[in-house]
Parts: sequence; structure tokens; C-alpha cells
Amino acid sequence: MNPRGSNFTGPDRPTWDLYSKCIHCGLCLQQCPTYRVLGREADSPRGRIYQVLQVDAGRLRIGDSFVTHMDRCLGCRACETACPSGVQYGRILERARAEIESNYQRPWLERRLRDWFFTRVLHRRKGLERWAKWLRVYQRSGLQKVARASGMLKLLGLDKVEALAPQVDRAFFFPHLGMLYPAEGEVRGRVLFHVGCIASVAFTGLNEATVRVLNKNGFEVFIPRAQRCCGALQAHAGYREEAQRMARRNLRAFLEPNRDAIITNSAGCSAMMKEYGDLLQDNPKYGEHGRDVASKVKDVTEFLAEAGLRPPQRRLKARVTYQDPCHLAHAQKVRSAPRELLKALGAELVEMAHPDYCCGSAGTYNVTQNELSMKILEQKMDEVTQTRAEIIATANTGCMLQLRAGVKARGLNARVAHVIELLNEAYEDPPAAAEEQHSRHRRKRASHVPSS
Amino acid sequence: MPRSRISEELREIAGAEAVLDGAEDLMLYEYDAGLSTGTPQWVVFPETTKQVSRIAQLASRMNVPLVPRGAGTGLSGGSIPRAGGIVLVFSRMTKILEIDAANRRAVVQPGVVNADLSAVVARHGLFFAPDPASQKASTIGGNVAENSGGPHTLAHGVTVNHITGLEVVLPDGGVVQMGGKAADSCGYDLTGLFVGTEGTVGIVTAITVKLTKVAEAVETLLAIFHTIDDAANAVASITAGGITPVALEMLDGKTLRCVEEATHAGYPMDSGAVLLIELEGLREAVTEQAEAVRAVCERHNAREMRRAANEQERQLLWKGRKTAFAALGRLAPAYYTQDGVVPRSHIAKVLRYIETVAQKCNLQIGNIFHAGDGNMHPCILFDMRDPDQVKRTHEAGRMILTYCVDCGGTITGEHGVGMEKNELMPLLFSEDDLEVMKWVHDAFNPKSVLNPQKLFPTPRSCRETNVAGGIGGSR
Ligand SMILES: Cc1cc2nc3c(=O)[nH]c(=O)nc-3n(C[C@H](O)[C@H](O)[C@H](O)COP(=O)(O)OP(=O)(O)OC[C@H]3O[C@@H](n4cnc5c(N)ncnc54)[C@H](O)[C@@H]3O)c2cc1C
Ligand code: SF4
Ligand code: SF4
Repeated sequence: MNPRGSNFTGPDRPTWDLYSKCIHCGLCLQQCPTYRVLGREADSPRGRIYQVLQVDAGRLRIGDSFVTHMDRCLGCRACETACPSGVQYGRILERARAEIESNYQRPWLERRLRDWFFTRVLHRRKGLERWAKWLRVYQRSGLQKVARASGMLKLLGLDKVEALAPQVDRAFFFPHLGMLYPAEGEVRGRVLFHVGCIASVAFTGLNEATVRVLNKNGFEVFIPRAQRCCGALQAHAGYREEAQRMARRNLRAFLEPNRDAIITNSAGCSAMMKEYGDLLQDNPKYGEHGRDVASKVKDVTEFLAEAGLRPPQRRLKARVTYQDPCHLAHAQKVRSAPRELLKALGAELVEMAHPDYCCGSAGTYNVTQNELSMKILEQKMDEVTQTRAEIIATANTGCMLQLRAGVKARGLNARVAHVIELLNEAYEDPPAAAEEQHSRHRRKRASHVPSS
Repeated sequence: MPRSRISEELREIAGAEAVLDGAEDLMLYEYDAGLSTGTPQWVVFPETTKQVSRIAQLASRMNVPLVPRGAGTGLSGGSIPRAGGIVLVFSRMTKILEIDAANRRAVVQPGVVNADLSAVVARHGLFFAPDPASQKASTIGGNVAENSGGPHTLAHGVTVNHITGLEVVLPDGGVVQMGGKAADSCGYDLTGLFVGTEGTVGIVTAITVKLTKVAEAVETLLAIFHTIDDAANAVASITAGGITPVALEMLDGKTLRCVEEATHAGYPMDSGAVLLIELEGLREAVTEQAEAVRAVCERHNAREMRRAANEQERQLLWKGRKTAFAALGRLAPAYYTQDGVVPRSHIAKVLRYIETVAQKCNLQIGNIFHAGDGNMHPCILFDMRDPDQVKRTHEAGRMILTYCVDCGGTITGEHGVGMEKNELMPLLFSEDDLEVMKWVHDAFNPKSVLNPQKLFPTPRSCRETNVAGGIGGSR
């Protein structure tokens, strides 16, 4: 313990300016998922901020206790929505976690796994591809069946976590990198598409749907080849430098003139990219540029709702409930856009009691904090069940995986879908074009040379 | 008995998971929403009345202070273990035990959050009327202990008017039932006596509350004024004119601007003050009253009158009001709120006095308050890193409260006395008055095991631990 000075060491630490905005009023407590489940001040926003303050005051060590409570935070930022005092909790959390990574020794295996995942798997496309292929072999070769049936997973304590892993696609989205997809009909704009890392190996269909829906709405889509993972998972885990590396790469990749917007279909990605300015604030070369790029980033639902949908041919005749992804509702304050899109489809929207309560997915949280995550999911599924919805719509891949696990565990007869997937199904192709559509990706290998 | 033995006994009573005794965990219970701090030696999360009773017995036997805590949104240090000891947190006693819609009653555990109860009974067309601005977080146990009010106190009264029965654990572990479901029980009204005792008389483990029917019509108006004086005079005229709003709140310009930044509720950024006025009842009566309010405000030079067109707009206006204190956190890292009450006709005068105090002490003071009740909430902004500012803040607070008493008012309307205003009690009560209160205290809590050194003025020797040291020191 250090009675005089701060126990934080890095330059990019949580500062007084950030945490003193908290006037410990407690109005955020009930909005925090971990407080609702655990009922402990240490696992509330106010308590976490107080602990950060005490570390900075030298009264609390960056030890097991501090790390446990900071690890349990979902990073959902519901507390920011609740906070009248304007506390930027997300910024405090990311900095505190970076301090943990540099000042705290995690157990050997955990450290190795984290390093491997955050700096290897996510770092380059090759790493991700290799990992996804292994997972695919496991899931499709029958190995998974054997592992599940043998009870081996249970024995290793991996059974619950394993069930949450994304189902790896047969075909990855990578071949689309560097491609240009022209708008249909009158051109309304030209956009860039950030494809997302996990989405590229496990949500290929969603990515294709995103491109198609944008095209159908008159937007030309270009997918820069040199793009990288957005860096969100890394930043949230305390790998701030790695996140900054990703951000710098992306700034270069998305430096395309004459584009109206940078689109993502994962709320976690758009939230991160909108904050590149903050992530790179200490870097004079990139800070300004970061803010420029950030100002162009749009979540696909936000973008389409603002632009106005071209009327789809089919209507969605179903009872739909919408789960607000935390990084859309709390981090980006986008709430009405996805709902407007669902209504434009003709869906009957039935709201849960608390659609903006976290589902417990939170990036890698459902793996690292499985037990707590499942308790949070339980509460969410209670509300979902009450709506008697046939479709649970959301706008983030992580939430989709978590909600699917919830639907399965309850044995519900409901489909979990991304708003964009529902939109995609509502747009028909003219009969003659349907065949053509099939081979479309082949033909569109553009003459455009990707900048990398 | 050594500390570890007490830890052991507590674990035996409440379960190993439900007891905290490590320094790193305990520091999380040394603050509430006010300014004072004090660190406990144990924190326990009981689940049943039986456990609470056994913990009380242990505390009494060992002469260890025992302090109940709800959500810790209190503004007067009520839940701070001023003399150390055990903090009892009710975050595991959050069940609604019974809803009796026909008789408009509910029985709840003390940890139930105020707004949650209203949300659950909404399907019966009912709600729990006390609406402190902290209602999304504060517990009904805490509301009972503080006898909390809120914007709608004007029409619905304070918490005590909505409690008909209590189950209370006494410091010696005895469990007593006070009142019941009936609106009026015979014998002494112990329920009424108990509400507002700030955790110094007993520990509430179950509460029978009255539920109120949602009104047929509601109209919410925002009256915008150039000056604070005009707004204050309009308040006096509205209430004098026989109009009975259910809520009549005032926000001054400084506060407004923060609130608008926080909530985008549509408050004007450039006005001197606004009044938020709500009317409730049968449709025609409400429309008529709204017209009367409009006329009065216009007579007092209201610049503009707005009306919430739907429930969504109404909620937004209220959100602005209910987050107003905390929104002031945007201007300074800490605030100190007073809640003196004055006769409505003195509001304008008191506000002017507050402004002079602000200038004299060189501090910023925002005003958001229950104007209809004359319940002032000057919110003094300061930076706790500057000891001189902290001193001036307390000086300003004391000056304002003294003035409120001089105007024929009191030192607290609803935030409680706790350990932040206990030294001011003699301003209001004679020695005899306090003596009688002390009898009541001693009849229930003779050894001062429960929440010691609160409410009553302390002997000189204890005083230095009071407010000024508080969060300023450790935060
Ligand atoms: C932004 C903000 C706005 C507020 N607005 C209002 C307002 O409009 N009106 C108002 O009246 N107050 C207001 N308050 C003050 C506070 O929220 C209320 O006093 C509230 O009732 C406290 O509830 P709590 O659960 O947080 O109790 P705590 O702060 O935890 O405790 C308060 C007191 O209750 C005692 N207590 C708690 N539980 C029990 C129990 N089970 N048995 C016995 N004693 C118990 C504690 O010992 C303590 O003395 C506000 C506070 C904030 C931060
Ligand atoms: S609502 Fe904001 S100011 Fe209040 S305790 Fe939470 S983080 Fe702090
Ligand atoms: S980010 Fe979410 S989990 Fe973390 S403190 Fe805020 S509300 Fe709680």
C-alpha cells in the first residue's frame, strides 16, 4: 500500500477530472446489472468509481479485490445513461483496466490465454482465420458431439462456456474484402463497410445481408481490404495499446475520400470507432484524424433510419420484441432507429419491461464471467418470455449469441435475429435478377484497387 | 470478544457469503450520497427477520454499534457507521410479500426499491405515492426511516401518510408488529411514531404500505420566468388562490442549464427560473385549474407557458426535475444540499438571502425545490480538495438554515438530520423538547447500540468527526 502517492502508474490513467464527476448520489445503482444481481456496493458503478478513486489516493492496492470487481463490470455503460452528473464511466473503466493489465499478475494460464486471444487471434486476419478454422473442425467433424456426450466438457468446467461459442460459418466473409458493391436504382450515397472480426467468421450471412440491404436502398458499398478488428474487445479488456494499434490501422484503411459514412452492423464496433478520438487523444498525429473518422461512423440501423428506407416488398407479420444492445443504446444513444426500421417492416413491436437492460453477453464477458452472465441472462429471459414474441430482434452479434443461448435454455419457440437480417428478407429480387444475384459476389470483384 | 469471534458469529447467523470484514470491502460502506464518512468493521446482508433479530442480539450483547442501510442515497449521513460497528444492508431483502389490490395495500421487505413497487402495482391502476427524487434507487426502508417526501408531497403527503403497519426489530432482538392493514389502529400509533426515526429506534423488516389510485387526468405545466422573484411570487399566489396542484416545483436558472445538458428535457437555457406544476383529478376540474394556473403565472410576468402534450413529454419534464441535484455535479465535484422549510410567502426573500450568502462565501449555489411546500433545497457547490471552500460551504449551510428558522421554518423537510444536521437541532428545539425525544429514543434504544451519535446533538468530545472532515478528507 502506498499512503501518499497513487497506485496507478501509466500516463493514460483514470484522472481526477474523470472520476470526481461522480457525486456518489447512487442514482445509477439499480441500472447496473451486477448490482441488481449481487446487491454489493463494490459491484455497482458508484462503488467501482470509489475504488478507482481509492487506488489513485493510494489507499487501495491494484490487488485481487479491486481486480475482481472491475472484472465483473460488463462495460454495458447503463450507468452513463442513468447518471445525471455526466460521469463518463466507460473512459474510467478502460483506463482502470489498462492499469490492471500493467500492474497486476493474473494467473499464468489466464494471462497466456488473454494475451493469445487479444494480441494474436484478433490482431490479424490470418490469426482469426486459423482459430476459426480449428473451431469449425471441432464443431463440424463430430468432435463436438463426442466431447459433449462424453461429459468431458463438464469435467473440465467448460460445458457452459462452450455452448456460447459462435457457430463458425462454412464460408468466411474474407473474400469480400476489397470489393465494391454498386447501388441499386438511383444512387443515394457511397459508404464504407467495416465487417467486424467475429462477424467475418461466424456471421457471414449477416454481413452479406448488410451489404445487400444498403445496395437495395441505393447505397454503393466498398469494403476496404486493409481494415482490422475495431479494437473494442481489446480496449475493454485493458489491452489499450493493442486497441490503439488497431485504431491506427483502421484510420489508414478507412481514409477513403468522398464517402458518406463508415458503416458497421455490430454496436460494439461502431461504439468503439466513434471513440477513436478519445482512444488516440494523446497521439498528436492520429488524434485529430481519429476524430474525423469517428464522426463518419454510423451503426447500420442508425444510418438507414436517418436516410429513410425504400419500402420493402414483403411485410413482417410477426410479434417482435427488441433488445437494445448496450453499446448502441447506452454508448451511442441510438434507441429509436432500430425500432423505426422494425415498424417500417410492419412488425408488431412489443416492448419488454426493460429492453435496455444488458443481456449479459458483453463481448467476452459470458465466457470470462460465465456464472454472473447467466444470472443476468435469466432475468432478461424472464422479460423476453413475458412478451410472447415470436422474434427477438437486436442489433449486435454478441447479443444474438447470448439470446440464442437463452432461448435454447428455456426451450422457447422464438427466433433471434439482427434487424438487418429481417430487413434483408423483406426485400425481394426481381425474378430474373435472382439467379444473377447468386453469382453476384464473383462478378463484382471490382477494378477498384484497395488502398492498403 | 475479539473481532474475529464477532465475524464468526455473524457468519454463523447470516452465512459466510453474507458477511464482509476485510478492509478493501468495508471502505465501500463508508459513504452515502451526503458528505460524511465513517468506516464499519463488519457489513452484513441479512435475508430474514430472524437473522436481523439475532444480529441485533449479538450487537447488544457485545455493545457494538449497529447501523441499518438501504441504498445509501441518504443526504445526511444516516447510514454511515459514525462510531464503527456493523452495517446491516438490505439488498437481499427485496421481496414484495403481498399485493392486496382490493384493499390498496402491499406488504414489502425493506430493501424493495421505491420505483419498483410502483412499477409492479401499475397493472392494478395503483402506485406508491411518496416520490423522492431518488425513487429509482432509494429503498422503502430508507424512505420510512427518513419519512421521505417528494414533489407530490404537496397533495399526497409524506411517507408517514402511506404506511399503515411495520414489523420492527428492536436493539435487543425483540420483534414487534406495529399497526397493520387498517388505516387506523387502536392504542398508541407506534407506526406514526416510528416513521422518520432515521434508524435510531428500531430496524424495519417488513412494511405495510398504502397504495394510491392513479388519477383520471393529469396536466403538467412548465411556467418560464425571467426572474426568480417573479417565479417565487407566482408560487405564493397559486397556493393562496385556492388552486391545489399536486406538485409545484421550482428550478433556478443555474440548475436549469445543467439539467438541460443532462436530460434534454426541453428546459429553456436562458431563463431566470421555471415552475413545474402538476394538476390531477377529474378531467374537467384539471382543465379548469390549468387555466387558473396559467392566468396567475401570466400575471406574474411568466415569459412562456408550456404543457406536456403526452405522457412521454411529462416523464421527460419530471426526469429533468428528478435528476436535478445530481446534474449540478457537472459544475463541481461535490455539493452540499440543505432542505430547510419556510412559509411559502417567504420564498422570494429566502432566495434573495441565499444569493447574498453565495456572494459572501464566494460559492455557487443552485436552487431546485418543492416550492409548494416551501421546502428549500439550496445546493452548495464546492471542491473538497480545497479545505477553505469546505469550511465556507458549511458556514453557508449554517447561515441559510439559521435564516430559515428565523423565518418561522425548520432545518429539514425530508432529508433527515443524521450526522450532518444534528448539531443544529437546538436551533429548533428547546432542551425540554429534545429531552422528550430522548426519552422515546432511550425507551427503545437505551444503550444507543442502534445508529449512535445521530439526530441528537452530540457531547462536545465527539464533534470533530462531523461533516467537515468527511468526504473532503478521504475523497
Ligand atoms: C439525487 C437525490 C435526490 C433526493 N431527493 C429526495 C427527495 O426528493 N425527497 C427526500 O425525502 N429525500 C431525497 N433524497 C434523500 C434520500 O434519497 C432519501 O432519504 C431516501 O429515503 C433514502 O433511502 P435509502 O434507501 O437510500 O436509505 P439510506 O440512505 O441507506 O439510509 C437512510 C436512513 O435510513 C435508515 N434505514 C435504512 N433502512 C432501514 C431499515 N430497514 N430500518 C431502519 N432504518 C433504516 C438508515 O440507517 C439511515 O438512517 C435524495 C437523495 C439524492 C441523492
Ligand atoms: S449516478 Fe453518476 S454521480 Fe451518481 S453515483 Fe452514479 S456515477 Fe456517481
Ligand atoms: S458499465 Fe454496466 S456493469 Fe459496469 S458499472 Fe456501469 S452499469 Fe454496472
